[in-house]
Amino acid sequence: MADLTTDFLGIKSPNPFWLASAPPTDKEYNVRRAFEAGWGGVVWKTLGEEGPPVVNVNGPRYGVIYGADRRVLGLNNIELITDRSLEINLEEITRVKKDYPDRALIVSIMVPCEEEAWKAILPRVEATGADGIELNFGCPHGMSERGMGAAVGQVPEYIERVTRWCKQYYSKPVIVKLTPNITDVRKPAAAARRGGADAVSLINTINSITSVNLDTMSPEPSIDGKGTHGGYCGPAVKPIALSMVSEIARAEETAGMPISGIGGITTWRDAAEYITLGCGNVQVCTAAMTYGFKIVQEMISGLSQWMDEKGHTSIDDFMGKAVPNTTDWQYLNLNYVAKAVIDQDACIACGRCYAACEDTSHQAIAMSEDRTFTVIDEECVACNLCVDVCPVEDCITLVQLAPGTVDPRTGKVVEKEYANWTTHPNNPGAVAAE
Amino acid sequence: MNNTFTPGVVPARLGTDELQQNFTDLHAPLSGHEAAVAADRCYFCHDAPCVTACPTDIDIPLFIRQISTGTPEAAATTIFDMNILGGMCARVCPTEDLCEQACVRELAEGKPVEIGRLQRFATDKLMNKGVMPFTRAQATGKKVAVVGAGPAGLSCAHRLAMLGHDVTVYDAMPKAGGLNEYGIAAYKSTGDFAAREVDWLCSIGGIEIKPGFALGNELKIDELVGDFAAVFLAVGLGGVNALGIAGDDKDGVADAVSFIQELRQASDLTTLPVGRNVVVIGGGMTAVDAAVQSKLLGADTVTIAYRRGRDAMSASRYEQDLAASHGVKLLFNVQPKAIHGNGAVAEIELEYTATENGKLTGTGEMIRVLADQVFRAIGQTLATEAGLKLDGRKLAITGAGRTSLAGVWAGGDCAAGGDDLTVTAVAEGRDAAMDIHATLMGSN
Repeated sequence: MADLTTDFLGIKSPNPFWLASAPPTDKEYNVRRAFEAGWGGVVWKTLGEEGPPVVNVNGPRYGVIYGADRRVLGLNNIELITDRSLEINLEEITRVKKDYPDRALIVSIMVPCEEEAWKAILPRVEATGADGIELNFGCPHGMSERGMGAAVGQVPEYIERVTRWCKQYYSKPVIVKLTPNITDVRKPAAAARRGGADAVSLINTINSITSVNLDTMSPEPSIDGKGTHGGYCGPAVKPIALSMVSEIARAEETAGMPISGIGGITTWRDAAEYITLGCGNVQVCTAAMTYGFKIVQEMISGLSQWMDEKGHTSIDDFMGKAVPNTTDWQYLNLNYVAKAVIDQDACIACGRCYAACEDTSHQAIAMSEDRTFTVIDEECVACNLCVDVCPVEDCITLVQLAPGTVDPRTGKVVEKEYANWTTHPNNPGAVAAE
Repeated sequence: MNNTFTPGVVPARLGTDELQQNFTDLHAPLSGHEAAVAADRCYFCHDAPCVTACPTDIDIPLFIRQISTGTPEAAATTIFDMNILGGMCARVCPTEDLCEQACVRELAEGKPVEIGRLQRFATDKLMNKGVMPFTRAQATGKKVAVVGAGPAGLSCAHRLAMLGHDVTVYDAMPKAGGLNEYGIAAYKSTGDFAAREVDWLCSIGGIEIKPGFALGNELKIDELVGDFAAVFLAVGLGGVNALGIAGDDKDGVADAVSFIQELRQASDLTTLPVGRNVVVIGGGMTAVDAAVQSKLLGADTVTIAYRRGRDAMSASRYEQDLAASHGVKLLFNVQPKAIHGNGAVAEIELEYTATENGKLTGTGEMIRVLADQVFRAIGQTLATEAGLKLDGRKLAITGAGRTSLAGVWAGGDCAAGGDDLTVTAVAEGRDAAMDIHATLMGSN
């Protein structure tokens, strides 16, 4: 049986599945239920400074994007940080941590970009016994209008400065949570590192309007006929988050920095993918908000089974294993040639591959009178669109042409040697192949 | 008070409530949520097999996508564009043999997209609003006669009216609708749907319905040809085949179509008599409809006796199972030899059959089945040929329903070729209308 325990910045947890700072972790009641359900850790919903707490809207806070059968693919929210008092939150955190010493408990914090504000709150958080803090430099709505959240995360200098204060006034690990609402995520990550951050977590939510009400002409979620952008999350954002994680894992100035992966993690498989791109653990929110805390059971059993099947005895075994295989386009092997192959036994003859290829791609699928669909190797560029639109898994696959064979499309022999764009004759800036 | 075991052919074997429950919709209409879930399963296939399988070529993937995007009214228009009786077809089509059999998800999972029920969802939406999505073209001044207000005749009439012609629809019966009104099992067309559909269809205008006119009696073909620019015959099959065996004339022996007709027109099902032991001779949809409804009226035993094997039965496997699930016994490879009884039928004698060299013969082995009611459902025949050329026992046609007489078209069950299905009749009526239009407007 694979060992799922993780040691992230010295913080131990029985599994890599943490709940992200969000509504599910807003109070003691929920967090206790989460730990009972089996979650390895929790990032407590963001605390604000002493004083009257923030207020939330009293209308809808969430918008949604559905797939077939109203499956939640994306969620956005306009909820702010905790709207409960700092004192109550701190008391609850203290109690919960005492009762669950084996679980990770991180406190998310967002206070104004002033040293005094951080200096005031950090000792009080430290006194709870929580394992670390996460700096919320990511929330894209509401708080950012007040100079916090994403407004800090979008300015590397601010990140560096605040992180430094935190390292100064707090003794335990400091994680900086990054906003994706920037052009190059490596810049804020590097700033966090310069400020002394122990880790980064990403991504926070993405600026979004999920839909527009065509009767009222208001963006959703709509509050009395008006809407504002919210933070987008859920399965739809996973590809964006994975890419950003990979960039931080690969960049020279941030490589090796511990990463907590966030963004659309719904199954054990999603979690494993994040870990292979360099994350030490993952944080989950939308999946829990859609299905409840119980989903962690599938994540634990699935990851465990896969690790056993692959012979991985610990999370470290496969952590970062996909990072070396993440490269720039220019280094992809142009001598790798594949063709789509349709498994006629698995094919249900829906013809979606044909429609997609014929109308929008390379006219590389033939359709016979009796609805047999076959790939025309002379036309197929192996774009994968037919694979992507086929409703039957593994019915269409891409198969590599063996070196030495002739590609019927180009009439050229498939070369055995790796060759990329940097040496390609069509590239004006090509360097001679060695 | 009678019950299931009361001997003879008697009414009120079941109470009012039970009868009402027995004759509600066979398939309940989909709710909005159910329709959304069902529509989500459609793959929007390219050149979809379901469309190929539909005799009226309804663009099924398009209408299902229109349902899934919240525009069932547009979906209904897509359906009605090809099949103006899409509402009835949604209820009576043997979808298990047509679109749903061809659905790729039938192949993939043994569970097709519920096309029939989705079609009903869409068509109900628009029809319940009383919206006729089509308008008439500029008047052509041409008059066309349609004889028979069944599916073929109504389909033809609507299309002709839409194209700007003035249509007179004659029918022998007091109500329009043909088999939709008089012939389909009651649980497939509840709530007077057939009559509502006729009213809705005629709301396009330009269609006059004249009941009580039968071809060969009140109507003569040569007069029609003289009075109208074109004639479309859709008279169905008015005659019923006899059993041709001893005792065929005993009390309690009747035509299944008459029984179904009485049932459809009955305002109070408790007044409708049915036997304790019912035997239906035949293997088509009419046999199944009569058998199942006998059971639903409270008959104790109901047997369908069919002379060939299960595979040869023209009622679909789904219909056979429907009968079996209602407790109808299916007897295969038996043919009627004699009906016994003193005045009224008491027993039917059947002989087992075998097929040798492609020919059905009796084996000599007999079986007797208790019966106080026997229904003949062994096919119907053309009531009058009206002097037209026949192809077998039906009106011969070429192209889109052209008969041997110029200016006269035919379609539906009375015309040769095609399955005797509502949906086929609709297609034939529609296509004949297009051909009539082209002929009248001189573009043929």
